[in-house]
Amino acid sequence: MDNFEPKIIGFYCSWSSQMGVDSAGLEGASYPPNLRLIRVMCSGSVDPEVIIQAFKKGADGVLILGCHLGNCHYRNGNYSALRRFRLLQKTLEQFGLERERLRLEWVSVAEGKRFAGLVGEMTERLRRLGPLKQLS
Amino acid sequence: MGKLKFALYWGAACGGCDVAVVDTHEKLLDIAAAADILFWPIAMDFKYHDVEEIADKHVDVCLFSGAVRNSENEHVAHLLRQKSKVMVAFGACAQLGGIPGLANEKRRQEILDYVYHGSPSTVSQKGVYPQETTSVPEGELRLPKFYDTVMTLDQVVDVDYYLPGCPPESARILEVVEAIVTGNLPPKGAVVGALDKALCDSCPRKREEKKVKAFYRPQEILFDLERCFLEQGLICLGPATRGGCSDPPRCIRSNMPCEGCYGPPPDVTDQGAKMLSAVGSIIDSQDPSEIKKVIDGIVDPLGTFYRFGLPASALRKKRFA
Repeated sequence: MDNFEPKIIGFYCSWSSQMGVDSAGLEGASYPPNLRLIRVMCSGSVDPEVIIQAFKKGADGVLILGCHLGNCHYRNGNYSALRRFRLLQKTLEQFGLERERLRLEWVSVAEGKRFAGLVGEMTERLRRLGPLKQLS
Repeated sequence: MGKLKFALYWGAACGGCDVAVVDTHEKLLDIAAAADILFWPIAMDFKYHDVEEIADKHVDVCLFSGAVRNSENEHVAHLLRQKSKVMVAFGACAQLGGIPGLANEKRRQEILDYVYHGSPSTVSQKGVYPQETTSVPEGELRLPKFYDTVMTLDQVVDVDYYLPGCPPESARILEVVEAIVTGNLPPKGAVVGALDKALCDSCPRKREEKKVKAFYRPQEILFDLERCFLEQGLICLGPATRGGCSDPPRCIRSNMPCEGCYGPPPDVTDQGAKMLSAVGSIIDSQDPSEIKKVIDGIVDPLGTFYRFGLPASALRKKRFA
């Protein structure tokens, strides 16, 4: 497992977390290339079906980024994201997927460095966990 | 045109689908008048070699119920595919994996240990487990190989149509048989005997506002007999399930929430995920610790949201460490 590089699919919202991700670049913070980012309008619009498809198609982890609670551009999309995330995480555990494989984080414009740090941390944890077992 | 030739089979099934065929009552005689039944192990005495002797594609329609979870199910699925012009995945187990499909949450050995040793009603002092081959003075006895994964019929052979339900409603079976007899068949791969819309669309219950503070199982509360189950905190798979079992839907009519046996509506890739999404949306809380508490009240999300469809779902089975 020494050379294993996890694939992480990241969904980030077009508002706070978009600016947060952007500011990581402006601040010169670097994070591992394991993360593939996909922009969506709101963390609340990431359907659990899509997350499960990501795992099915070879993602080792999925990271969802939204505005901090109370700051959603659409008022309460991130609460929706949080409720679905909790339920999905519980369900995925029954599927044998470790909790660390699915992560929901709130990132604001001021948190570029924090974003870079959490991508690094998640990548490291997934490296230790190893690849998600795919069915033959 | 001569008489149509039918074959019926049960793989990993309870026999309920066959009962649903018998539940067509006197209409069964019409089916028998329109068709010769060449193979139906639960009702008539045929052996597998009788099927082997049938010419290829001689059977017009095979109604295959049950999932595929051992080498016998798989062998007969291939055999009947070869002998039949039209293969119908008949009922939830053949279409989606069904209740037997929940075994995909366990290891093969765990299942064998429980059934042949651990269960309270089993007495097995000698620790006897089924063997694929056993030598006796008269020769060698063989049993089918028990697989570690439950599969849907279309994960094993090519399937022409899907007739959902646990079991399919008898009235829907008759409509489909009628369509077959009159040659009025939809394009290959279609789900027949069901609607394209979600079950909620044909549900007669009153809908007010979906804001839920706690989830219950039906035995835990006295619920309103007229109002939407979901609004009362009872998990009903209506939003993620095809309608069309009957009008009004049969479980709803009997005061039970929909359990999802008709499978996902078109364009839904994962019935459980779709239901999970709906449930997440109706929780009425913005407080993370309260949200956690509400979700803790859903005891077995996998078994609830994927009750009939685990083998057909995107992830198909549990990943074991």
